[in-house]
Amino acid sequence: MPKDGQTSRLLPNQAPHNAAESVCVPWPQIEDYGIIGNCRSAALVSRQGSIDWLCWPRFDKPAIFAALLDRDCGGHWRICPVGSATVERHYIPDSNVLETRFTNQSGFAILTDLMPSSSRASRKRILLPDQEILRKISCDTGELELEVEFKPMADYGKSKVKIRDYGKLGLRFVVGNAVYWLRSSVALTITDGTAYARVSMHAGESLRFSFSYSDQAPSVLPPLDASLDDRIDQSVKAWQNWGRHAAYGGEYRDTVVRSALALKLLSYAPSGAIIAAATTSLPELPGGDLNWDYRYCWLRDASFTIRALLELDYWDEAEDFLDWLLRATSQTQPKLRILYSLYGDKAPVERELEHLSGYRDSRPVRIGNAARDQLQLDVYGEVVDAAAQFAFHGGHLDRDMQRALIGFGDYVAQNWDQPDEGIWEPRCGRQNHTHSRLLCWTAMDRLIRLCERDVLRGAPVENYKRISNLIRRQIEERAWNEQMQSYVSVLDSDQLDSSLLLLSWYGFEDAKSARMRTTYRAIRQHLATPEGLLFRYQRQKPEGTFAICSFWEAEYLAMGGGTLEEAQQLFAQLMKYKNDLGLYGEEIDANTGSALGNFPQAFTHVGLIGAALSIDQREKGERQLAHRPPAAAEHPSSEVRS
Amino acid sequence: MNWTSWLLSGFLATLALSTLLSASQGFGFTRMNLPYLIGTFVTPQREKAKVYGFMIHLANGWIFSILYVLVFEARHLANWWFGALLGLAHALFLLTVGMSLMPGIHPRMASEQHGLNANRQLEPPGFMALNYGVQTPISVFLAHAVFGAILGSLYQLSRVAA
Repeated sequence: MPKDGQTSRLLPNQAPHNAAESVCVPWPQIEDYGIIGNCRSAALVSRQGSIDWLCWPRFDKPAIFAALLDRDCGGHWRICPVGSATVERHYIPDSNVLETRFTNQSGFAILTDLMPSSSRASRKRILLPDQEILRKISCDTGELELEVEFKPMADYGKSKVKIRDYGKLGLRFVVGNAVYWLRSSVALTITDGTAYARVSMHAGESLRFSFSYSDQAPSVLPPLDASLDDRIDQSVKAWQNWGRHAAYGGEYRDTVVRSALALKLLSYAPSGAIIAAATTSLPELPGGDLNWDYRYCWLRDASFTIRALLELDYWDEAEDFLDWLLRATSQTQPKLRILYSLYGDKAPVERELEHLSGYRDSRPVRIGNAARDQLQLDVYGEVVDAAAQFAFHGGHLDRDMQRALIGFGDYVAQNWDQPDEGIWEPRCGRQNHTHSRLLCWTAMDRLIRLCERDVLRGAPVENYKRISNLIRRQIEERAWNEQMQSYVSVLDSDQLDSSLLLLSWYGFEDAKSARMRTTYRAIRQHLATPEGLLFRYQRQKPEGTFAICSFWEAEYLAMGGGTLEEAQQLFAQLMKYKNDLGLYGEEIDANTGSALGNFPQAFTHVGLIGAALSIDQREKGERQLAHRPPAAAEHPSSEVRS
Repeated sequence: MNWTSWLLSGFLATLALSTLLSASQGFGFTRMNLPYLIGTFVTPQREKAKVYGFMIHLANGWIFSILYVLVFEARHLANWWFGALLGLAHALFLLTVGMSLMPGIHPRMASEQHGLNANRQLEPPGFMALNYGVQTPISVFLAHAVFGAILGSLYQLSRVAA
């Protein structure tokens, strides 16, 4: 797998060809992808300069490029040198503007990819497309022969599109009620739904492309003159302004900022939602069937996410996210689903796309998610804890929010002892999960604290205290296995899972306690790989190690479960598994170190930020997890932020 | 000529026209957003353009309805079907002559002949506004027929009442 500073060679895949005979580029590794986006939709760009995944106009709409899931019929847009070349790539520092550098014997070229962002001021001055990707390739040195192949496919590769040449305006095709325009500074030949060009570039020359989408007419067709360079510069500055705002000055700054930028890319600005990942059906095991659609918003990430946003001082994003959590879910309150669509609707019914081969033949490719009907009691604690963190950091909870929180509290008080599917969403029935109990306890605990601080009014505090004690007693008695000297993942069982490390994170059990230390030892013994990675649970089916679990482990060590050095050492070890752009998937292959699962994964990046924050706080001797009650008492809301 | 009736019927007919065109876009029959198209004559700001465009379109509708009323008076005939016929003729003119002139008169519209530049970036409508969706002409004909029919009906009623 490519690491920082390393290069890889493109395979000599581009023999001169008829555009109609689409070249099959071999499967990239999952970590070979980079992401660009505009907080509404995102595209995955491979090291070969190919956009292999794009859903417009938003993350969860059908893909127009899906070569990620089928090399033949998925559709892609590739710009790269003909023949072999070495590839280096990076984001322009603190931005989400991707640069891929191709070098071969004859020359050196830089491909810049982005979805442009614009300032409010520029939106007043100029017309901008609804959605757009800008690509620019510049030959810096020598001479290069380049190939441009643009092959969109409608509805996840289901059907070809009819591209028409509109002369000076560009190439155009229609899918459903939307129109797509490709503007190119080089003439492209259209053959059977593919636009193609092969062109020689010399030092100082560049090619520019704008690909845009609109579902209302008239569309905006941006010029490809110098103003395109200005727009790239503006986008870089806009991202850098955002990235450099991160309130983190620790040892892992670049990594933390990259994770924050990845998280920002996975947010949906119009509603404030944050999706789990930009892709569907990247497998947890190549060739396997653990392929799920992650383009929705899971509430189980809420507490970690808001902690990351608040402690990095991204207040606007934290506020938008909390607002989404409490308002978008209003249709189902006081009940909560485990996942929602971008606007808070029920996620679509799961179905399989049989016409797609899947990534490296990992079938089926699924869209929609059947977990939408599962019960996870942990989500109540996640949402309540997110709101509590917001309040403890000084945010204001309005009356509607308070009412919603009390509704969740009452629901938990009545249902906390029900079996559920649990955080890992196995499709094998309900059990009494310790993690779910822990989060029910968290919900009660935070609501009590909010009432004590007079942030929340009208809640039945005495009942919450009673339930809180009941849950605590049950966890201490039935989730503790005396023989194993460990907490266990299901009550009265001998099963282990990595979420037990969170008993300390949520403040239930001190990280230094004897019980947590022996639990940690048991987790290491049963779930760790020799490389120091963690599986999420004792596996029935083969799958990769779960990246966030390792970050939980690093955080557990930083919180007192180990020494600072141990936490730093583990964190440094985990850094080896990011790709050359600093991105992580959901899982890490224990044998090869490759990324597995949907990519990039918000959960993992949130875990990384959390671990880095806790390590930094430990290093500075600051209080950790400022959202927890003791810290809250030290920072009354009125003093921190009004 | 009944001025009060013209004012009222012109207003209601234009509202109906706008509603039908918006509904056509909403239901996916056409991509054409007429308020946006008109509003970008005066501003590049998308949301403001839609508001300005709606107001300009309302004023336009009123002005155009005078022509309808003048024809009603000249022909001594005002009823729904005659109004609808005028509306169809109006739509035909708009789709053929009006749309072909659009790149020349719209300050922000590109053209297939001259391409685009920093100031002219909007997609031209093309013949019969087909660039905005193949069903766009149907939507425009239908909306203008309803516009004319409402004008004709209401104007007929006002004459009967008078």
